[in-house]
Amino acid sequence: MVGMATAESFVLAIGTKKGLWLATSQDRRDWSFTGPHFLMSEVPSIGIDTRDGRTRIMVGVRNEHWGPTVAHSDDLGATWSEPEQGAIKFPEDTGAALERIWQIYPDADSRPGVVWAGAEPISVWKSTDGGEHFELNRGLWDHPHRSEWGAGYGGAAAHSIVVHPAGETVHVAMSTGGVYRSLDGGTSWEARNKGISAYFMPDPNPEFGQCVHKIAADHAVDGRLYAQNHHGVYRTDDNADTWTSIADGLPADFGFVMLTHPRREGTAWVVPLKADGERIPPDGELAVHRTDDAGSTWTRLSSGLPTAEYNSVLRDAASVDTAEPAGVYFGTRGGSVYASADEGEKFREVAAHLPDVLCVRAAAVAGA
Amino acid sequence: MPDITVVLPGVLQPLAGGQSVLTAPADGPMTVEKLLDSVTSGYAVLARRLRDETGALRRFVNVYVDGDEVRRLRGLDTEVVPGQEVLIIQSVAGG
Repeated sequence: MVGMATAESFVLAIGTKKGLWLATSQDRRDWSFTGPHFLMSEVPSIGIDTRDGRTRIMVGVRNEHWGPTVAHSDDLGATWSEPEQGAIKFPEDTGAALERIWQIYPDADSRPGVVWAGAEPISVWKSTDGGEHFELNRGLWDHPHRSEWGAGYGGAAAHSIVVHPAGETVHVAMSTGGVYRSLDGGTSWEARNKGISAYFMPDPNPEFGQCVHKIAADHAVDGRLYAQNHHGVYRTDDNADTWTSIADGLPADFGFVMLTHPRREGTAWVVPLKADGERIPPDGELAVHRTDDAGSTWTRLSSGLPTAEYNSVLRDAASVDTAEPAGVYFGTRGGSVYASADEGEKFREVAAHLPDVLCVRAAAVAGA
Repeated sequence: MPDITVVLPGVLQPLAGGQSVLTAPADGPMTVEKLLDSVTSGYAVLARRLRDETGALRRFVNVYVDGDEVRRLRGLDTEVVPGQEVLIIQSVAGG
C-alpha cells in the first residue's frame, strides 16, 4: 500500500452478490461510481494492490452457472483480464476443484508481486506475478488435520491471511478449523488456538476446530493479532501461541468483522451482531465498536448510521485505508455501504440498495 | 466429414469469438466429454466456464442431446453421432 504522503485519491471497491461496484474520491466524501462490473456474478474477494507504482484491482468472481475465476484490472475497471487457464486451479493430483475465492491479500511492499489467496475448499495460494497465477500451498493442503476441518455456514474456506511484512510468519484463519501459523513462509503449519473457545464442540477447548471469522494484525506491535470468532473476540500478544478474551465492553461477542489500524498500536474495529442464532445488530441498532487500547475498552460509534438496521455485515465487507486519519468502510447484506474519513467517528452512506455486500476494500492511491 | 455441432447460449458466445455454434469433425460416435474437449480446445476460458479442473460439468450447466440432459443419460460418457446437435443451456438457478 502507498503511504499517505503520496495519496492523491481513494478507491473503494464493493463486491456484492450480483457484481462489483468501484468508486473513486478525492476527499472520501463524494464518490464517483462505476458498475456493476461482472453483473450477476458474486464478488466475495477483492485485493487492491498499490505496489509497483500502479493500482491493480484483483477480484475473485464466482458465477452460479460458470464457476469461479480471478480477474484483474490495471485501469480501475475500464478493462479486465483473466488468464486463459485460470489464475487458481487445483493440481490434478488433488482431485479438488475450486469453489470460491474468499481472500486476495497483496503481500508487503518489500515483496512486490507476491499476492496470497484463500479459497474454498480450504486452501491457501501464493502468486509471485501480481495475482495472475497462483500456486497451491502444499503444506496446508496436506496438513494432517485436514480431514477433521469442517464447513461453516458459508462453506469450508481459508478466509483470512496475515503475512508478517518482514519475516517468514504467516497466519491463516479458516472456518472451521481455526488459526494456523507458519514460521517458515508457508512450508509447515501448526494450529494456534489456545484460549479460543469452540463452545459448539464436545471439547470446548480443542487444539483446532474453532470457527474463527476474521483475524487481523496489529501493524504496530509484533506478535499481536486480533480475532473475531463465532462468539468470542480475542487478542494474542505472543504470535498466536495464546489468546485472551477482549470481549468485555462489547454489546455482543458475535460478529464477522475485524479491522486494525494501518499504523497505530492497539486500534481495532468490530461490528457486533447479537448472536449466532440472531444475526442482527444488537437491538437492531447498527454500530461499529473501536478500541484504542488493544481491547481493554471499546467505544460505540454510530454517528451517521441508521437507527434501525437488521442486516448483518459479513467478514470481508469492511476495510480501512491507509490515510491519516484512517478511513473505515463497511457494507451490509442490505446493500448499504458506509464510509468514515475519521476512523469511525462519523459515517456517511455512500451507496444504498445494492445487492448483498460481500466484500469491501478501500485504498489510498496515487492519482486515480 | 460430417460434423457434430454444439450450440452455445448467448452469454458464452463472446468466449468463442462471437460464435453461436461450434463444430467438431467426427467420423463416428464420440462422447460428450471428447466433444467438449474438441470444441473448446481453442477457447480455454470457455472450457473453464463449462467444466471445473477435474473435468466435471459445472452443477448448473446443462448439456442436451436430442432433448435429454446428459445427466439423465450417461453424463459426459453419453455418445453423440455425426449430424447430431448438442445444446448447452444454463439451468434456471439463482435469484
